[in-house]
Amino acid sequence: MTRRQHDVCRFLLFQQFGEQVSVVGKYLLQKSPSPLHLISSETHLDTEQVKKILCILIQQNIVTFGQHKRGFIEYSIRTGEILNRLWFPKYIYCAKTLYGDAAELLLEDVLQRGQVQMSKVIEVVMQRFNEALETSGKQKISESFVVDKFSNLVRTHFLQRCLDPIKSESNKVVGLEVTGEEETLYRLPDLSRKRKKSHDDGPPAKRSKSEVEGERPADDEGDGIFWRVNNERFHQMFRDQAIVQAISSKIDRSAGEVLRAMLRVSEVKTAGMATVTTPISVTEIFNALPKDLMARPLLETYLSLICDDSTNFLSKVGDSGGGMYSINIYEALAQLVKAHIESVVQERFGSKCLRIFRVLLLKKHLEQKQIEDFVMISAKEAKDLLYTLFSENFITTTEISKTPDHAPSRTFYLFTVNIQHVASMVLNRCYKALYNAMVKKETEVNEHRRLLDKQERMEAIAASVEDASQRDEILNTITPSEQEQIIKVRRTIQMLDHSELQICEGIFILEMYLMYFKQRQKDKS
Amino acid sequence: MAGRGRGRGKNVSFNVEALGFGRGEALPGPISQPPPLFPTADFKPVPFQQSEEYDYMLALKQEFLGNMRKSPFFLQASHKRKDIERYSDKYQAAAEVNGKWKPDWRRLPAELKPRVRKKTKSSIKPSVKVKSKVKLSVEDVSKTLEELEKKEVDQGDEEEEEEEEGGKKKEEGEVEEEEDEIYDEEDIEEETDYILSYFDNGEEYGNDDDDADEGPVY
Repeated sequence: MTRRQHDVCRFLLFQQFGEQVSVVGKYLLQKSPSPLHLISSETHLDTEQVKKILCILIQQNIVTFGQHKRGFIEYSIRTGEILNRLWFPKYIYCAKTLYGDAAELLLEDVLQRGQVQMSKVIEVVMQRFNEALETSGKQKISESFVVDKFSNLVRTHFLQRCLDPIKSESNKVVGLEVTGEEETLYRLPDLSRKRKKSHDDGPPAKRSKSEVEGERPADDEGDGIFWRVNNERFHQMFRDQAIVQAISSKIDRSAGEVLRAMLRVSEVKTAGMATVTTPISVTEIFNALPKDLMARPLLETYLSLICDDSTNFLSKVGDSGGGMYSINIYEALAQLVKAHIESVVQERFGSKCLRIFRVLLLKKHLEQKQIEDFVMISAKEAKDLLYTLFSENFITTTEISKTPDHAPSRTFYLFTVNIQHVASMVLNRCYKALYNAMVKKETEVNEHRRLLDKQERMEAIAASVEDASQRDEILNTITPSEQEQIIKVRRTIQMLDHSELQICEGIFILEMYLMYFKQRQKDKS
Repeated sequence: MAGRGRGRGKNVSFNVEALGFGRGEALPGPISQPPPLFPTADFKPVPFQQSEEYDYMLALKQEFLGNMRKSPFFLQASHKRKDIERYSDKYQAAAEVNGKWKPDWRRLPAELKPRVRKKTKSSIKPSVKVKSKVKLSVEDVSKTLEELEKKEVDQGDEEEEEEEEGGKKKEEGEVEEEEDEIYDEEDIEEETDYILSYFDNGEEYGNDDDDADEGPVY
């Protein structure tokens, strides 16, 4: 976790949960895991308050706890979960495009509450939906419709069960998750037994505890099964979308469709973090495509076209079943990252620098003289640009000595681009940019809070007042200069918000690439 | 190796050409301060990618943040202790409870449960204690009086040996006694808020008849 990521995490906690939670979060980011009394003494907060904060964070899946070998419970923070919150709007949008408005509302509610019981969330969504439908005069929807959407989300693994807490012998909760089999995560509860509490899949220990306590928690109709969002599944979806989009823009929309079908087929067969999908035969692909899209020979042409493309997304691994093809996920992501970095270089340093960068990417290692020859720019200028890139750490040098004594006059200095290194540097910059944008937006809002509040109040009053002339009078209490200022402030805030979203896109690609890179290193060793 | 580490003077041992700059050129000057906080950008940034998707996601994001702020998960800084009670406190406190959230204790460690303090009984207790304390203190006073009397008697025995010290102690004892007596008079006898020595119950009214020679009373 770099310093920049910590800054972003802290700010996200502050923005969404308040000042005190961000203080606790900061402490845990620096020194996790730690027990309760240490947290409250180091952060100088009241113990009761810290307890409340920890409950909230555990509910939102940000903090986990486990038992230390000495017997007390330690709390640790999951930074990945905090950063995932950056992509919540994207998750919601994805659910909307896949399954419709009801799914969108469902997901929004689940994301807001962290862990939620099925019945509760369905109830809330029903209410909201029916309110909206009533005001627009349409017919109400039935509960089974919403339940259907929920089951769809679970079946495609977008939602998963929260695992049961680990219990000690004295029946107290000591640890958060028990890792079970993957299939159990996606098992829907039996809905016909909704109202009965005690005869269900919950382990007996849990039930006896709730019976002994005697109190009936307010929303226990879901039989104590909590659901949460499955982040990895969404990330997989976004990764697939990025790859398909890349191929569609490079070659053709139909090529994109072919690749999408292949990805869908390989979803169930490939392990989560595999760098290459399992091979798929042409017959399978043909069956997976929408029926009238293309004829079989055309499909085969497309496949060979994508294979031969320089981006190396697809590779042919065998001839059985009409040809076995597999997608190189790692290669695809590397290409996307290269394109990303190239655009960064172009926007920062100019297109001549980009030429140098591209030449180096192509030829891997080059001496300075050779670079000047290949790039076809005057020697002085090329040297200048090269050293600008070098000082910003986009390029690195390798020394190859001719003689055993490594004398500088008899050593080759080769320039090269190390993608992984540059990617992590650009990622760091992205986080810094994100943090800057968020902080600036917050300061803008705070500076002009008086004005913005005034405008909101005026609008609220004007909306409730019936008389038109009175309404105009009220709206005129905001002077034209104030109006201008308000417009300017709102535009700035919107721009900053927009930029945050776009930075997040970049962050996603880079993070994915670095994750797969690490996985590849692990596979090799 | 005379030129080793001496920079780009005449005695550089390796081929300077290989580094890319010739002998006559000037190097960039030394850096004497940290880089500026807002460095000037050579190129203007590219405009955003506009699409319906991004606009919708922007709206979603703002809505999500608004909902998080209104939810019970958003902890506001605890209010400062008010110096005086205000009438509006009753209404403000009601507005604060924005959908309280009760965590499911089956999934959380028991140490995180907030301690439930019973407010009602403890608020009555202090007043009871105060009264009893007052009573006790009164009883204590009469006890201390007796003790002091005893002490005095003891001190009287010792006076024959150490008169000065004894005298002092006696004086202190007497003073204390007098004070205690006064204290007793004032607070014990009738348990009213009024200090009895201020009250004149009229018994001494006619006692000054002999002072008629003073002159006329205006």
